[in-house]
Amino acid sequence: MLRIRSRTVAAQQPARPSSRRRLRLPLNPRLIIGLALLTIFVGGSFILPFFTSVDPSAQGTYWKDLPMSTTHLLGTNSLGQDIFWFLVFAIRNSLLIGVSASLGITIISCVLGLSAGYIGGWYERIVVLLTDTFICIPVLPILIVMSALMQGNTSFLMVSLILMAFGWAWNARTLRSMVLSLREREFINTARFSGAGTVAIIAREIFPYVYAYMVIGFINTILYAINTEAALAVIGLSKLDVPTLGSIIFWALNYNALLTGETVWIIAPIVATVLLFLGLFLTSTGYNEYFAYRRGVA
Amino acid sequence: MICLHNIVATYTTRRGQVNAVDGVSVDIPDNMILGIAGESGCGKSTLIKVIYGDLGFPLALTAGSISYGFQNDGGQEVTLANIQKEWFKRISYIPQSSMSSLNPVVRIRDQFLDFPSVSRNKAEVLERARAFVQKLGLPPQALDAYPHQLSGGMRQRVMVAIATFFQPHIIFADEPTTALDVVVQKAILLLLMNLQKEMKSTIIFVSHDMGVHYQIADRMLIMYAAKAVEYADTEESFRRPLHPYTLMLTNALPVIGDDRERQGLPGQPPSLWEPMRGCRFAPRCPLATDLCRTTEPPLLQHAAGHYAACHHADRVAELKESLANAHDLIGVSR
Amino acid sequence: MGLARYIVQRFITYLLVLYIGLTITFFLPRFMPSNPIDNYIAQMQSRVGQTMTPAAMANLRNSLEQLYGLKGSLWSQYLHYMGSVVLHFDFGPSFANYPDSVASLIFTALPWTAGLLLTSTIIAWILGNMVGLVAGYFNKSRTASVLEFFGIVLYPIPYYILALVAILILAYYIPVFPLTPTFLPGAMTLQKFGNILYNSFLPGLTLVLAAFGWNILSMKTLAVATKEEPFVTYARMKGTSDWTRMTNYVFRNAMLPQVTGLVLSLATIFSGALLTEILFSYPGVGLLMRTAAGSGDYNMLYGTIDLSIIAVATAAFVLDLVYPLLDPRIRFR
Repeated sequence: MLRIRSRTVAAQQPARPSSRRRLRLPLNPRLIIGLALLTIFVGGSFILPFFTSVDPSAQGTYWKDLPMSTTHLLGTNSLGQDIFWFLVFAIRNSLLIGVSASLGITIISCVLGLSAGYIGGWYERIVVLLTDTFICIPVLPILIVMSALMQGNTSFLMVSLILMAFGWAWNARTLRSMVLSLREREFINTARFSGAGTVAIIAREIFPYVYAYMVIGFINTILYAINTEAALAVIGLSKLDVPTLGSIIFWALNYNALLTGETVWIIAPIVATVLLFLGLFLTSTGYNEYFAYRRGVA
Repeated sequence: MICLHNIVATYTTRRGQVNAVDGVSVDIPDNMILGIAGESGCGKSTLIKVIYGDLGFPLALTAGSISYGFQNDGGQEVTLANIQKEWFKRISYIPQSSMSSLNPVVRIRDQFLDFPSVSRNKAEVLERARAFVQKLGLPPQALDAYPHQLSGGMRQRVMVAIATFFQPHIIFADEPTTALDVVVQKAILLLLMNLQKEMKSTIIFVSHDMGVHYQIADRMLIMYAAKAVEYADTEESFRRPLHPYTLMLTNALPVIGDDRERQGLPGQPPSLWEPMRGCRFAPRCPLATDLCRTTEPPLLQHAAGHYAACHHADRVAELKESLANAHDLIGVSR
Repeated sequence: MGLARYIVQRFITYLLVLYIGLTITFFLPRFMPSNPIDNYIAQMQSRVGQTMTPAAMANLRNSLEQLYGLKGSLWSQYLHYMGSVVLHFDFGPSFANYPDSVASLIFTALPWTAGLLLTSTIIAWILGNMVGLVAGYFNKSRTASVLEFFGIVLYPIPYYILALVAILILAYYIPVFPLTPTFLPGAMTLQKFGNILYNSFLPGLTLVLAAFGWNILSMKTLAVATKEEPFVTYARMKGTSDWTRMTNYVFRNAMLPQVTGLVLSLATIFSGALLTEILFSYPGVGLLMRTAAGSGDYNMLYGTIDLSIIAVATAAFVLDLVYPLLDPRIRFR
């Protein structure tokens, strides 16, 4: 179609992504909205706690079941806690858990996926078999068993460790397919034949291509980790005395917030969760679009 | 006879609008093979898209008209307005990447028959199809196969078969031999020639390979920077070109027994985004004068059936001589 | 032949996956810092004080070890475990519902989970792909943007939120469906079938919505990409209708990666189904797990994990077998 355009414009495009290219068009709307949401949540949940001296998880601090007002932005719940501050701390804790678990998962899946894709041979086959196995293992039952064994003393460390041990398979598989398709490209062969070692090739040649997918995978995994921990909390099997997005919902359900009319207690975390996840998701797909555009594919 | 009157085809992109074909007027007689030649980006693919009637955002015909010289089922003259109904009825198309132009998950025979003009009785049509593909050198079982089971050459034959099965008046082919090895290329070209002779249809094909034009085109239309610069019989274009660009194109073709160094053409075609004055070839032309740089040469008939758009068409012959002499390094007689 | 090799390869992978999965489940509790026997003994001690004699304690420990298959060396435990699971489908007796075996309880709950999962996954896959196909094929129209927006909003919402919202809207504010299901006992009659549908609607709706968003988005992306393929363009220039192109050309090709995507997300869908069952008190495997977690019924827990792995791996294998039926490039190498 655009033969003319490709002659005059594409001639200046380098074949490989260069980090020194100028931005030609502004960021797309998804990315902007996503980043805006994330900034509000991350910024709010990490900065605001400095402005209060009250421990939000202490019960009976305030009168119970107060409606929304200027002193209590979202009212108080049946345990005498301020809902708004509880929510702020919950978001912060959920984010901490999500990001730390995601870091671990991303590192593991990167190392395994990239190396399996590039090295090939027996090593790859074993890694692929492991990946296929772990993809078939649903994580929630394992978390349930673990929390049962810990008899309610579930630690977030254990949750994170289990997430890391079982959640790497998906990303590893995606990265491996990327490397497989890259492996046959010319510049990889050039590097190989000029004597570069395996690690060097993976780090310098393959990495710049896959790094965008790693970022996207990292953001998606945060979503997955927060989600899983919250799911565990909602059914009452996580560390429930620490405020997280899931534990608010659990306590609200436990105190029959629906039936006592304490609807803010249960709706606030729902709205917060949806907005936070929307923010993460929009950032991830927005970044995907942005990176595709920079590569010249969009 | 297909008559093109001042065809201007425009692409609308984020950067603005550009005329990929900028005022082409030629008459194409029936019952012959026309080859459209030129560098990448000269507008040749766009031109056959326009003639085929494949217009739609972002491509639009901003000026000009086409008359095709035949009538449709209702007895009306066929024009660009109703040409789409004739797709794979009276005109057909062989696309550029025929390797991947077949649906990979559907059998060939189902793709042979899924255009609207096929009659109800599929079984009978299928029988005819089997007989037909044998004429093209394909085994009748090829129709029952899936595309990935056939070789590249066989797939190209299938495309030719689909395009010629119902005896169209006009067949368009966009780079029909690119991505094929030379042996298969020759077979496909022979196939096209024989079919044309048998069906007495018109074949209009696009190729940047001058060798292909030399082998099968009866007449050639040379395009440069969205303009038609020469239009003549193939023999004439090669032996007595009347435009310097044609000379450069044909000169680049190797000839057996002649091992002089081939002369390429330095520079690049102008960017169609910039406003242009005068002859578009002038920046690269060895014969260019001030007249060329200010006034655009029209496509005029210089000899019988031989059109060229050059102010100095008469000097092209001596340019050809001087090129031949200048590179006569080994003294091989011409 | 290519196809036979493909099937054999997949089957061997399936067996290996099962083997490794079951082995992991075997070692899992043994790597946890906590031990069910110690837990139980501690529980007993706190309840009966110090009035248990050491002999009785040792006896208790012995029977518990037998119950949980923790007797003997690690290797003999492993063999015993593998033997009973693979050959007899026996996960031991359920502690909370002694002497019912874990297997019998699981098999009672399994049809509920299977029914809910299968129907909702199939509905979500078909509907989601249809919507995504239309949105992708006509991707310049307003309807397509609206559909895509719908998918974007729906996709990141987690299962439990969808379940809660469903409860809020359809069981609380507008009480159409019950908060928890009550099923009629007795043989299957038309009335009972209707009752099952009525009670399963909300959990089913949750599961469908949860998978719907991803199907729409991924199918739309695939449809847009497939539309640009040369064979679709060529079909257009042959004069084929939009409908033929959308179904025969775009969909039949785009659905292949979608099937693969489904295989990869089976574990997630399964976890989501378990979660939804717990939230709705639906009598499936999920509820079984939750109550087992609360009552310390460890055999039941291990049994359900094994079952989960077997279920997901088998479903993946079945889909792997279906794939060649859809892609002739695998069927005829």
